[in-house]
Amino acid sequence: MESLSNKKKQLTVKPLNFWERAYLPAIVSGLAITMKHFFKKPVTIAYPDVKREFSENYRGLHSLKRDENGAERCTACGLCALSCPAEAITMQAAERQKGEENLYREEKYAAVYEINMLRCIFCGLCEEACPKEAIYLDGDIVPSDYLRKDFIYGKDKLVEAPLNQ
Amino acid sequence: MELTDIAIKFGLIIVIFLISLVVAMYSTYAERKIAAFFQDRMGPNRAGPGGMFQPLADGMKMFMKEEIIPTNATPFLFIVGPSLAILTACIGSAVIPWGQNFVIGDKIIPLQVTDINVGILYIFGVVSLGVYGVMIGGWASNNKYSLLGAIRAASQNISYEISMGLSIIALLLVTGTLSLGEIAQQQHGWHWNVIYQPVGFILFLVCAFAETNRTPFDLPECETELVGGYHTEYSSMKLGFYLFAEYINMFISSAVMATLYWGGYNYPGMDWVTAHVGPVIGPLIGTAVFFAKIFAFIFFFMWVRWTIPRFRYDQLMDLGWKILIPLAIANIVVTGIVITLLN
Repeated sequence: MESLSNKKKQLTVKPLNFWERAYLPAIVSGLAITMKHFFKKPVTIAYPDVKREFSENYRGLHSLKRDENGAERCTACGLCALSCPAEAITMQAAERQKGEENLYREEKYAAVYEINMLRCIFCGLCEEACPKEAIYLDGDIVPSDYLRKDFIYGKDKLVEAPLNQ
Repeated sequence: MELTDIAIKFGLIIVIFLISLVVAMYSTYAERKIAAFFQDRMGPNRAGPGGMFQPLADGMKMFMKEEIIPTNATPFLFIVGPSLAILTACIGSAVIPWGQNFVIGDKIIPLQVTDINVGILYIFGVVSLGVYGVMIGGWASNNKYSLLGAIRAASQNISYEISMGLSIIALLLVTGTLSLGEIAQQQHGWHWNVIYQPVGFILFLVCAFAETNRTPFDLPECETELVGGYHTEYSSMKLGFYLFAEYINMFISSAVMATLYWGGYNYPGMDWVTAHVGPVIGPLIGTAVFFAKIFAFIFFFMWVRWTIPRFRYDQLMDLGWKILIPLAIANIVVTGIVITLLN
């Protein structure tokens, strides 16, 4: 039947010639191809020993930042938790007591701040939502662990190290 | 025979046995490493420097695994299967000439356990016995996949033994002897049989791949169709013996190919070298050359394995019966005519 679109192509299968049927030349050319790969450098990056270079805007593990005096920036406003599409962030606010001015920047701070790394999708919306520039996803890859509960990171793992250390 | 002769023979047997075991052990490591290089990977590199202790770790694992004998299996035959496989793999090395004779004082020490005058036939017998290990194991497992794998192995080995035997006949027309020691001696210098029997060598090579159940002829353990083939039900060191037997078989068949076709321990300019380094170091260099040839063949086995996909079963039988056997017979006829004309 006539093809309407004119795109039809008649294909013919050529019968194999003697050398193709003999199979051995094909094996030899195959062996040559694998031998080429034998001397290529492996593409593997042995991860825990060697690390691939991250791009500048790579979003890794979260860190809660401190200001120039070493006080925690977070005021527990909850905007990050609200913006989080995966609902990975929870926190409990507390009022700053007298004498804690060097620890917390504002009058309110996060007494508990938890991110569930199994829920987190590393979208960076918490970083964008934060009005105090307190949370950044500038860390490493989340390390592996054995138990689900160990993937809920508290303040002990999230807050930056103090300045004077 | 004197007591010293017996001691020397005994030592030689132990050394050869140990060498074949160590080579088989490190073939598993080499195979994984070579496979990795062919696929642009790194291969095992955690146990020891460059993963050198990986075979030890694997062997340890094999020993520690739970020993399972299925309820419906025949316990005695289930154990006999892998034992027979490893036994037949090991005894093949008895007739292979590993080097020239040592001459220490007035004592001549041959580097061959026994030079029986039907050496090639002995090798064939041992290779044929190897099928029994696979067959018995597959049958005793009482598992349809094991049985299918065993049947495949048996029919494949029998089919390819015919063309293997025919390719050897052409070689025997050239050498005029069945003794492996004499065949190795005849190829002195670079008068290697592969020059006189190139077609015979290719036939023998293809059949050796089939006899050792290596890719592209590894249908007896074809995972995609038969789960694990004849060793589906095996675990622990019994499985280890089957895998080990395959690697020893590879070593022995490489040694046989090197002896029959690639000159054994002979290399060009060996007389000059032996005259310069003395009658002890000279044969040792020959032995080193022989092992280099063997390792080259083992590498080739692995190279082919990571290049060519597996045959379909009917293609395998087509190749064996319709191509290799006629080719082998033609090779015999042509060799016979040429020899008659030259004499």
